[in-house]
Amino acid sequence: MTDRAVVDSGPPARVSAWSGARSVRAGRLPRSLHPGAWWCWALGLATAASHTTNPLPLAMIVAAAALVVVRRRGDAPWALAFRMYLVLGAVIVAMRVLFRLVFGGGQGDHVLLHLPEIPLPAWAAGIRLFGPVAAEQLLGGFYDGLRLATMLICLGAANALANPKRLLKAVPGALYAVSTAVVVALSVAPQLVESVLRVRRARRLRGAAGHGLRALRGIAVPVLADALDRSLALAAAMDSRGYGRTAAVPAGQRALTGALVLAGLVGVCVGTYGLLDATVPGYLGLPMLVAGLATAVAGMLLAGRQVRRSRYRPDRWRLAELAVAGCGLATAAVMTMAGTVDPERLYPPVSPLTWPELTPLVVLAVLVAVAPAWLAPPAPTANPAPRPLPVPPAASGRTDHTSPRDTAQPEAHR
Amino acid sequence: MIDFDRVTVRYAESREPMLRDVRLHIPEGELCLVAGRTGAGKSTLLRAINGLVPHFTGGTLYGTVTVHGRDTRAHPPRDLADVVGVVGQDPLAGFVTDTVEEELAYGMEQLALPAPVMRKRVEETLDLLGIAELRDRPLRTLSGGQQQRVAIGAVLTSHPQVLVLDEPTSALDPTAAEDVLAAVTRLVHDLGVTVVVAEHRLERVVQYADRLLYLPGDGTVVDGPPDAVLAGIELAPPLIELGRVAGWTPLPLSVRDARRRAGDLRQRLADASPPPAAPVPDGVPALTARGVVVRYPGTVAVRGVDLDLHPGQVVALMGRNGSGKSSLLWAVQGSGPRQSGTVTVPGPDGDTDPKALPAAQARRRVGLVPQTPGDLLYLETVAAECAQADRESEVPDGTCRELLDHLTPGLPADRHPRDLSEGQRLALALAVQLTAAPPVVLLDEPTRGLDYRAKRQFATVVRRLAAQGRAVVVATHDVELVAILADRVVVMAQGEIVADGTAAEVMLASPAFAPQVAKVLAPQSWLTVDQVTTALTRTEVPR
Repeated sequence: MTDRAVVDSGPPARVSAWSGARSVRAGRLPRSLHPGAWWCWALGLATAASHTTNPLPLAMIVAAAALVVVRRRGDAPWALAFRMYLVLGAVIVAMRVLFRLVFGGGQGDHVLLHLPEIPLPAWAAGIRLFGPVAAEQLLGGFYDGLRLATMLICLGAANALANPKRLLKAVPGALYAVSTAVVVALSVAPQLVESVLRVRRARRLRGAAGHGLRALRGIAVPVLADALDRSLALAAAMDSRGYGRTAAVPAGQRALTGALVLAGLVGVCVGTYGLLDATVPGYLGLPMLVAGLATAVAGMLLAGRQVRRSRYRPDRWRLAELAVAGCGLATAAVMTMAGTVDPERLYPPVSPLTWPELTPLVVLAVLVAVAPAWLAPPAPTANPAPRPLPVPPAASGRTDHTSPRDTAQPEAHR
Repeated sequence: MIDFDRVTVRYAESREPMLRDVRLHIPEGELCLVAGRTGAGKSTLLRAINGLVPHFTGGTLYGTVTVHGRDTRAHPPRDLADVVGVVGQDPLAGFVTDTVEEELAYGMEQLALPAPVMRKRVEETLDLLGIAELRDRPLRTLSGGQQQRVAIGAVLTSHPQVLVLDEPTSALDPTAAEDVLAAVTRLVHDLGVTVVVAEHRLERVVQYADRLLYLPGDGTVVDGPPDAVLAGIELAPPLIELGRVAGWTPLPLSVRDARRRAGDLRQRLADASPPPAAPVPDGVPALTARGVVVRYPGTVAVRGVDLDLHPGQVVALMGRNGSGKSSLLWAVQGSGPRQSGTVTVPGPDGDTDPKALPAAQARRRVGLVPQTPGDLLYLETVAAECAQADRESEVPDGTCRELLDHLTPGLPADRHPRDLSEGQRLALALAVQLTAAPPVVLLDEPTRGLDYRAKRQFATVVRRLAAQGRAVVVATHDVELVAILADRVVVMAQGEIVADGTAAEVMLASPAFAPQVAKVLAPQSWLTVDQVTTALTRTEVPR
């Protein structure tokens, strides 16, 4: 350790100048992007996907999301979950097609095959099991399923790109207690599983079966006792490490914040109801929603002032974050525009069967969606390569395309 | 730095106060060791320093505790976080986040330090404790010693004036314990941090301590320099006992001190020789394991281990944390995974593999007490556990209770197993397992959290089991225990057996496994104080 006295109070002016200079230079160095930016981008893509059933743009959006994920994900466990979302998407499409096949309406002229129809009793009129299978009917199911799957895959991309825990850390100060509870719960869950496995194993030592109703008590009692002990130990540790230090807040102000947040949330509920139900008077709709939101936000801001803590290595919105989030918003906007200009192209009719077509606007939207694959800085790798990889001569020409692993910097430069 | 002024702590449920009229003054920069029996109030004393007693635990505290000028009466633990850093017994239970770096920063975030200061302190702490290469590792994947160092680092980043450690090395192998203690002494010497540390194994820490607080168990605290306090207490580390036997004053606190004075003692012992090791039994082994392999995803825990266990022999299984000791014991018992290899136990109906038997049968061949004996216990009272054990083993009622009374007499039948002390709970779990009368008994780190007295009692119990003709295996890190207990020592590393021989052969061969007596009296091959005492009386009586 170096000088202890120096550590206590780094001169703030010098420090901020240093970090400012760093942010200019560090634009393209590997770092993890603000999770909010990735979520904004992904939600934009999902919104765009929800505006069309045309398989061509949908497939292109999936491809764009996949490309960005492959180029910009880190090597953390959640980054590998994207494959699972792809599989899930495929399952959704298959299920939709299968449902059309089983409960198919039988519309359409291009009958592909005849399945024997299962007669149903009268009370189930309107439902048909099997029967002739038309190409239109399967295609409709495919389009529908593909749209849903694309939206899901977009969210999966956000999950793969953004560290879920960092997203929790980015919540406003007022929700800090809630986010801490979530973080603790997330870390307790694996411990609980471990403790169940351990006790089950120990049960065998007493010659008892590891399953069955009687085993439940033998497992539940030690596991719960263990969990309780651990929670107490954790609570003691958090308390002695300063969790819950609050600024001195008078009781009156605390009550006011609570009332504001509560009233605001009630207002939001009433406003939403008013907006969706056409029969209620107009002032209960949008005005109520806005007033409720404003009250709740004011309450939260006030509550946030009571929390006195700082953040270690906070995620900041820099240029790259803005660009990525902007790409998502732009994709959604361009797709919506394409829908108003040329709705038929975005919702290709299945009857009569037509070949889906693209419009320049749709292509533009997808191009914008894929831009973060280059705009975002590469993700850092958690475990820096133990030995520097020799740079192959061929790689010198493609400086911009080096994979994240090649450009991985030591942690300190993040 | 820390002042206790007439402090009395009383918990609601107990009649006797935990601490009685304690007056203490611990000046800045001291390393203060807290010793005493289990349940004597060590944890209460430690937790009173940062106000966890009584703010968190309940109970009533009379008198005042002042730390760095702040009265704990007015300051709850969270408001003392910048002055006192507390590391609990189980570091993993105290971790709030899930990676090393975030854990180091957590305390500072609560103190609202500016981000650049936090960044700098994290880097410095990583270097100070030698954990820089672990910075991105998930906390759960660290070894025990690493976790303990991270836990210490996590409170150090707040730059506390006082560091309170509750049994920081109890779960660690000797080398990892050395690492942690080296880090702690460095803090005392380089940074002037005041450290208060509770420890059962005094031999590890006492040489570094400036002050020893001994809690005899009646609520009082004996306060003084270590050698003076140690001279007056009944149970002490082997080094102190050796000093008493040899009549050294002041008592030596470190092996180095003792060795410089031991020339004379070595001379007196020159003619004697330690008792010969018990002859290797040449009968049929009680258990034969061949080529045992245990594999977990990503690692091989045990690689092709051969092991013979003989009736009447106590085997100590040693090796650093994660060297495969537990996996081997579980595999041999048959309840744990075993990918290949054979285990045979002779029985009334021929040789069998315990893994092939149903669990209820396997425990009659090989009994295992796991690392956390509490896992075996799930009923409300000691009596209920005993009755259940009798039923499970299909033996006459009262068998388990009788065994328990042999191990620790007079355990109240209506006591909840969780209210027992560590030693009593271990005895109950052992009694439950012995009810099935297995000829082979495996004990996985049984002495964790046991004080000297409980450990001595445990050693007697194990010797008695061996005398009854059972084969006993004790996996442990405690070299002093092994010295008084084991006939044979098996050392594992990376899933392989690297040394296997009599206790004297293995323990004298390497400094890491040598008990203190052996270190002092080397090159003579004495292992325990008892051996030395016997030899001295034998050689000196004729004169």
